[in-house]
Amino acid sequence: MLRTDYRQYPTYLHGKIIHVALGFIAAGLGTVAVPAILEEEFTAITFLTLAASQFREVRNMERNTLTELDSYELVSRGKTYIEGVAIAFESRNYLVIFTSLVSTLGYLMFNIWVGIIAAVVAVLISKSLMSGGKLKEIVDIQFVEPRFDGVGLYVDNIYMMNIGLPVRQAEILRYGMGFILKPKDFNSRSTIANLGQRQAILHDVSTALGVYRDSGTPALVPLAKRDLDDGRIAVFVLPQERDAERAIEIIGDVPILENAIRMPSEKKKTKKGGE
Amino acid sequence: MDLEKYILAIITTNPKKVPAGAAVFHCDTKEEMENITANLEAILDGIAHALSDELYVIVKH
Repeated sequence: MLRTDYRQYPTYLHGKIIHVALGFIAAGLGTVAVPAILEEEFTAITFLTLAASQFREVRNMERNTLTELDSYELVSRGKTYIEGVAIAFESRNYLVIFTSLVSTLGYLMFNIWVGIIAAVVAVLISKSLMSGGKLKEIVDIQFVEPRFDGVGLYVDNIYMMNIGLPVRQAEILRYGMGFILKPKDFNSRSTIANLGQRQAILHDVSTALGVYRDSGTPALVPLAKRDLDDGRIAVFVLPQERDAERAIEIIGDVPILENAIRMPSEKKKTKKGGE
Repeated sequence: MDLEKYILAIITTNPKKVPAGAAVFHCDTKEEMENITANLEAILDGIAHALSDELYVIVKH
């Protein structure tokens, strides 16, 4: 449930303690709810609303912290990614309530074994609810060497930016890597077009492979640009470790941000059904 | 209204091509122009863009 991975979030020790404590409170609330209902103490349910507002506060807290920190990242996470993380924290607290509620119900209605089984089932359900989609499910990723056409930097045929100085151009050719993300269908085309989703890709790649950049070198900035004709996304990064295969793997593992998902094809369907 | 991008400096070897209204650096040779551009890029935290062989601008993004 609480896992510190390559994103390095929640931060080790103190950030973790906060979330473990909140998880404990959530579990307590879920447990108390069932006996309260059984005792026909319905007013106790109002505590759950209190819990809900408490966990909304968690979401605010995460959002504020991450937004504050984001300005000091070499490659920022972006607002969409931050919102995704904040939502995940809130919803996971509700999953904790749900799990404890179901297991207490099992224990009180039947016996401890049913309680344990109910807990295991609830954890499995939570696990499946927690795992979002990965980018490799919606795009094909391909490595392309970036190139210069005059002063214009290109990845495949997608124009990235104008780099004037020959020294800077040489630097970019030496460290830069380009990737083409080809959407598998029309829905994913809109999803990866989202600027927040693109920033998330750049952030994840830069976190995992390092970034050849410092403050005051805005020319060495990772970029993601879109081909207007077919919706392909060109990703240009400057990793410290030039390993194309690993980079493709990392891009493939970037989570699809909930707030970036678009389903234009659903719109067509409902229209047909409505007529 | 906030301006998101603006020209911080213009570096050129051809004085005829340069508009007024920004800091302009006239240079005699291409090498000198590239040197000054590289320095200004670092100093101003902007990106050096080439508009032509004799005209560079530093833009804040």
